[in-house]
Amino acid sequence: MTIFIPTPLRSYVNGRDAVEVNGATVTEALSELTESHPELRKHLFTTEGKLRAFVNLYLNDEDVRYLPAKEATAVSAADTLSIIPSIAGGLPGLAVQAIALARTEIHAMRTLNQEL
Amino acid sequence: MPTITEPTALPELTTDDLSRYSRHLILPEVGMEGQRRLKAAKVLCVGTGGLGSPLAFYLAAAGIGTLGLVDFDVVDASNLQRQIIHSTKDIGRKKLDSAAEKLTALNPALNVVKHDTMLSSANALEILKDYDIVADGTDNFPTRYLVNDACVLLGKPNVYGSIFRFEGQASVFATEQGPCYRCLYPEPPPPGLVPSCAEGGVLGILPGLVGVMQATEVIKLILGKGEPLIGRLLLVDALNMRFRELKLRKNPECPVCGTNPTVTELIDYQQFCGIVPETPQESSVKNGIPQITVKELKRRIDVGEDVQLIDVREPYEYQIAQIGGKLIPQNDVPQRLAEIDRDREVVVHCRSGARSQRVAEFLKQSGYPRVVNVAGGILAWSDEIDPRVQKY
Repeated sequence: MTIFIPTPLRSYVNGRDAVEVNGATVTEALSELTESHPELRKHLFTTEGKLRAFVNLYLNDEDVRYLPAKEATAVSAADTLSIIPSIAGGLPGLAVQAIALARTEIHAMRTLNQEL
Repeated sequence: MPTITEPTALPELTTDDLSRYSRHLILPEVGMEGQRRLKAAKVLCVGTGGLGSPLAFYLAAAGIGTLGLVDFDVVDASNLQRQIIHSTKDIGRKKLDSAAEKLTALNPALNVVKHDTMLSSANALEILKDYDIVADGTDNFPTRYLVNDACVLLGKPNVYGSIFRFEGQASVFATEQGPCYRCLYPEPPPPGLVPSCAEGGVLGILPGLVGVMQATEVIKLILGKGEPLIGRLLLVDALNMRFRELKLRKNPECPVCGTNPTVTELIDYQQFCGIVPETPQESSVKNGIPQITVKELKRRIDVGEDVQLIDVREPYEYQIAQIGGKLIPQNDVPQRLAEIDRDREVVVHCRSGARSQRVAEFLKQSGYPRVVNVAGGILAWSDEIDPRVQKY
């Protein structure tokens, strides 16, 4: 299937606007995407593995949240998955979040260093 | 929706109207009644910037009777690449005055209402209540959620548009049947300090595309014709010139428009979006990072001090203007720490001081003992030290 990558995340997939994956479900397709592009994972999911609140996923034109099987929905090669972050006039949610994330990581690394 | 629905209660068209709107009048979907509906309509444009410019222009041209504009900003040279309602001669003028002048020149019969203020929880309901439809041309998350919630509370349709680089989104929110912005995105992203168009960039034509789509939706709602973008999110990718459409659903658990709403009045949207107002004491030391003024930086350079100045902007920005710093773009800093001398004071700058503040905090946390941020960055340098340094 094809996963459409929004502008703010394209730098993590070599600038491409779409990535082809083979997974049998939405979850598998996303796993394959984040395994081949590990930097993407933290931008899409919380540390608990939950999709971030300002990122929406659409299987074809349907919001995955409203599909009966949600992320376990089966997908075929002809399907498309779109990642749709919130954007506001020049500063997308994802970019904002990347900054916040970098800070959290720095803090976590620092705490870890202190513990060691 | 316009409150006047009885054709008999609609304003009559003048002889001037008949000739001005003749191409509308011969459209079966508009006709005399539709044009009278447009004349009766009151539309509020929140923002007269990138989206608001084409939006307000086309609504004025189409014969909307009353057009409210909300803006508190002044025209800057960097706006003109996309905010087509303003001209070079308007630089430094209030956007409201500049926009109102262009709109009444285009259509003298238009009633322009100027709201010279920043939309806030304190004034939003009062301003919005007099209008039939609200068109959201804002560029930040707090105002976006504020407009959404106020529209839901007042039962006004919210014609939404949003842009980033080459991508745009448009939809119609907060109608009784359809979803609202919070159904789509229940929560804003974490804060990113000063939200600014400068960091992400935007193709100047894109707000034109999206703003005109918003204007189209406003007019369709007033006419009650066609299929409005209710429950649909239109995506525009200008780089590939692709339009896609996604289905939006009303979320029964939506905190504002759901069955058991928890938001029943306007809240503090700055706080909701995690933006903490600055206190005066923070101006000299912000988040543990001392702030240096451009004047102080200049003084230190002038006395021959060997300042370790790091410029964390992007290479294309460096080409526009620079003040002698070593260029290490913000995202490269973690990999290029070896190039920054830990034993010396590090002075970080960017365009406005926002990105460099974040990098300064990062360096401090990475073990650099002395890091300071240049408050105001290139912009302050251009204003206060050397106007030959190009602002952008």
